[in-house]
Amino acid sequence: MTPLDASAPVGPPLWLLAELTYRCPLQCPYCSNPLDFARSGDELSTAQWLDVLRQGRELGAAQLGFSGGEPLVRQDLAELIGGARALGYYTNLITSGLGLSDAKVAAFAAAGLDHIQISFQASDPELNDALAGSRKAFRQKLAMARAVKAAGYPMVLNFVIHRHNIHQMPQILQLCEQLDADYVELATCQYYGWAFRNREGLMPSQAQLRAAESQVNDYRARLHARGAPMKLIFVTPDYYESRPKACMNGWGSLFLTVAPDGTALPCHSARLLPIDFPNVRTMSLAEIWYHSPGFNHYRGDAWMPEPCRSCEDKARDFGGCRCQAYLLTGDADNADPVCDKSPYHDRILAARTAADHARTGLDDLLYRNARNSRLLYRG
Amino acid sequence: MNPVPRIRRGFRLQWEPAQACFVLLYPEGMVRLNGSAGAILEAVDGERDVETIIERLRTRFPDAGDLGPDVREFLREAERQHWIEWQ
Ligand code: SF4
Ligand code: SF4
Repeated sequence: MTPLDASAPVGPPLWLLAELTYRCPLQCPYCSNPLDFARSGDELSTAQWLDVLRQGRELGAAQLGFSGGEPLVRQDLAELIGGARALGYYTNLITSGLGLSDAKVAAFAAAGLDHIQISFQASDPELNDALAGSRKAFRQKLAMARAVKAAGYPMVLNFVIHRHNIHQMPQILQLCEQLDADYVELATCQYYGWAFRNREGLMPSQAQLRAAESQVNDYRARLHARGAPMKLIFVTPDYYESRPKACMNGWGSLFLTVAPDGTALPCHSARLLPIDFPNVRTMSLAEIWYHSPGFNHYRGDAWMPEPCRSCEDKARDFGGCRCQAYLLTGDADNADPVCDKSPYHDRILAARTAADHARTGLDDLLYRNARNSRLLYRG
Repeated sequence: MNPVPRIRRGFRLQWEPAQACFVLLYPEGMVRLNGSAGAILEAVDGERDVETIIERLRTRFPDAGDLGPDVREFLREAERQHWIEWQ
């Protein structure tokens, strides 16, 4: 019996991620944008984005994320928010907070924005601003987090966790409570894009991770005891697992990302795969979702080689993440090497060992900016 | 005064034709509701108290028997999930 029937009808995309731009004033060394973002083509226009949103909603998407890069760089953001809200999306703005102002918070609220997520790099200004590559980032983030809360939005704070800030976990949690956050995402780096390039300098050791995990669990228990609604979501790196995550809930099953230049992707890092992905400038979203070779590439399970092909877990995890398989084994068809059945699992083990001994300082990381992007791809 | 539930701020209940069900939308998340959960939350408008909600559902579903205990239990669960607040 094949639990995952390749001929099963494909459901609609329920989540649309609109990566409005790759421009960003910050330079996080763990940025998930492609390394070669600096040579990406023109951004979609306002009219093109509004059309993409309309098509996505018609297909069934209900959740919409505006991200980037830094989406606030787009001068038409309020217009896009208004358009999206009128279509019936639940609209999420995922921002670094740089470029936000009280006036914009109010304008977005008037346009119908449902939620603003602000990301922090650390719990103190020195480390935060060193990681972000900006000397005023932390102060601005604090001010904007307060403005967002004051405007009545649900407050979601996001911290990307790695070996240089993981020791701050208790302070991070205190800061979130002071800011009266409703949700806190503590997302350990996922190693794609710039983060993969900087993996050795970012990946926490197992000991660091376990310590942070128990701090989060203790804090959560205390919140629960007080009946406090602040919700903590700790995403641990799958490099410390022996079975892969069910990446994106299955390729082309729920998520649809549109990159700044209109490239449509089943996940925001899929761009690094050697697959030709369609573009919304030349194909309708319905055609892209249901019929394009790019989106059908890893649907079902007919593409799977061993050990996944004969594995009883293939309907649970879909063989893991295609990008991770590609980055670590050179072939995106392979089992995600996080899986201990993968013949390449030793590469994950080697990364763990490296994390135990890494001495990389903040200065050794490759920061995400246009200059470094061009240096990497001088071609 | 009887307690009045309302959908928590930042949450939105919405009928989704593509999924043929009510969904509850919140920051970066979505819960698909089954028929009865959808019907109960649809009656939560920030003005009706629990008795009025039950009464309303009784009128809508006259053959459903005594809805009271199920509705109260669901609202308690919705509160635990922080989907609703009391005012
Ligand atoms: S991760 Fe940092 S550098 Fe990358 S888009 Fe977000 S704020 Fe900008
Ligand atoms: S062998 Fe493949 S399908 Fe089986 S658990 Fe590992 S990654 Fe998942």
